[in-house]
Amino acid sequence: MSSAATLWRQLRFERRLFWRNPSAAFFNFILPLLLLFLVASVFASDPEELDVLIPGIAGMAVMATTFSALAFNLTFLREQGILKRMRGTPLPVPAYFGGLLGSAVANALVQVVLIVVIGNVVYGVDWPRDPLSLAVFTALGVVCFGALGIAFANAIPNFDAAAAYVNLVFLPVIFISGVFYSADSLPAFLEGVAQALPLKHVIEGLSGAIVTGAGVADNLGAVLVIAAWAVAGTYLAIRYFRWE
Amino acid sequence: MTEAAIQVRDLRKSYGRVEAVKGLSFNVGRGEIFGLLGPNGAGKTTTVEILEGYRQRSAGEVTVLGHDPASRDRRLQERVGIVLQSCGFYPRVSVGEAVQHFASLYPAPRDAEETIALVGLEEQRKARTAELSGGQRRRLDLALALVGDPELVFLDEPTTGFDPAARRAAWGVVRRLGELGKTVLLTTHYLDEAQALADRVAIVKDGMIVAEGPPGELAPGQPTYRVAYDSNGRRVQHETDDPTDLLHRLTSDALARGERLEGLAVTRPTLEEVYLELTEEDER
Repeated sequence: MSSAATLWRQLRFERRLFWRNPSAAFFNFILPLLLLFLVASVFASDPEELDVLIPGIAGMAVMATTFSALAFNLTFLREQGILKRMRGTPLPVPAYFGGLLGSAVANALVQVVLIVVIGNVVYGVDWPRDPLSLAVFTALGVVCFGALGIAFANAIPNFDAAAAYVNLVFLPVIFISGVFYSADSLPAFLEGVAQALPLKHVIEGLSGAIVTGAGVADNLGAVLVIAAWAVAGTYLAIRYFRWE
Repeated sequence: MTEAAIQVRDLRKSYGRVEAVKGLSFNVGRGEIFGLLGPNGAGKTTTVEILEGYRQRSAGEVTVLGHDPASRDRRLQERVGIVLQSCGFYPRVSVGEAVQHFASLYPAPRDAEETIALVGLEEQRKARTAELSGGQRRRLDLALALVGDPELVFLDEPTTGFDPAARRAAWGVVRRLGELGKTVLLTTHYLDEAQALADRVAIVKDGMIVAEGPPGELAPGQPTYRVAYDSNGRRVQHETDDPTDLLHRLTSDALARGERLEGLAVTRPTLEEVYLELTEEDER
């Protein structure tokens, strides 16, 4: 069996499991859209706020579907012994992780598309000005947060602790990275922290693609920060990986 | 091929300064059911996990179906089935889907339905794995290990926590593996399990093999016979490897004194006695 076919079968298996898990479906699909509707309904009359919110929620959804979901998922799979069991089969490791990552990426892509479409249809935000840049920054965000999610799972001691660990990172990061409001008014210290982390740069890139028309070339600094985190995340994910 | 399915020579494994396995050597022939028997913490699981490719050995030679398991060669994984000691599964998958999916991971799998029937889970085929009882989950573990049609099956304490009926059922499956010509390496801390299933047994204690052989012939070295009788209300016991001579002396003396040797018995130690004698230090 070719490795592409193996990976595809593994991905379909993961997709089937995903839709059977109500809490995964809630955190990956319902929660970002719920936040979008709630916050947007407060600011529906303010187009500038919507221009912040749509790319912000899209960036948050990328992080939630990859970083948070993979950190949760891997902690569960490790604690249950499922990782160990799969490792005892001839399934190649790249195909197994391809399935896990691919499923997270599929969620991220669907979310970004849904948010952009809702932004346009419901709230009258223009269609993305630079679709290529939208694709590039979504892809960069997915790779970066996917790697960081796997790396972070290595640090989570058990599944009971997973929600605390993940949200200890996720919630502060979304608040300082300009998901719900422009982050320009943050205190300098928090602004500096946000600048050093990848989410703010993903949102900047998405904002350029959707709202201002700034392309990849205009956001090379953001690309560099995200790529650096992606490399660091990949290194940490592999170096400290625990099968059991 | 005539070489053994598993060859282990002077296997050692240390965790930091603690040596869990201290120079094990044994062979498992093709088609043989081999039991590693020993108390918890004796090093059985460490040994099996080195053979399965999960752990790296510290020293020694290990060959599994002609491969070094530490290389994690996919061609080896395709020929081996593993039942781990305690291991969960995706909770939202049905038994049928789980077995089907695992079948798809192997180049020449068994029929999924037939495998489900082999372990007796036909009625649970559509049940999600989270709904299964402990014994049923263990049978699913077996089905998942067997569906790839492996030549060699590792069973790490396959019946721990089973009720007696479930144990008997699992034993039936292991015996059928033997009939199918599979090689089985079984670890257990249940004596009766080793006695009922294994062609040969190695008793492991503190990371070393203290006795090895067919379960019926295992003896703790000398003496191999025990002669006992009652005298003046006390039980007198002698141990010997020459019961003929001992009995002759005992009976002659008794006749000379005009006594009867009440309750005279000549016994060979059972596997249980051998096992308890060999491993008793752990209980002190």
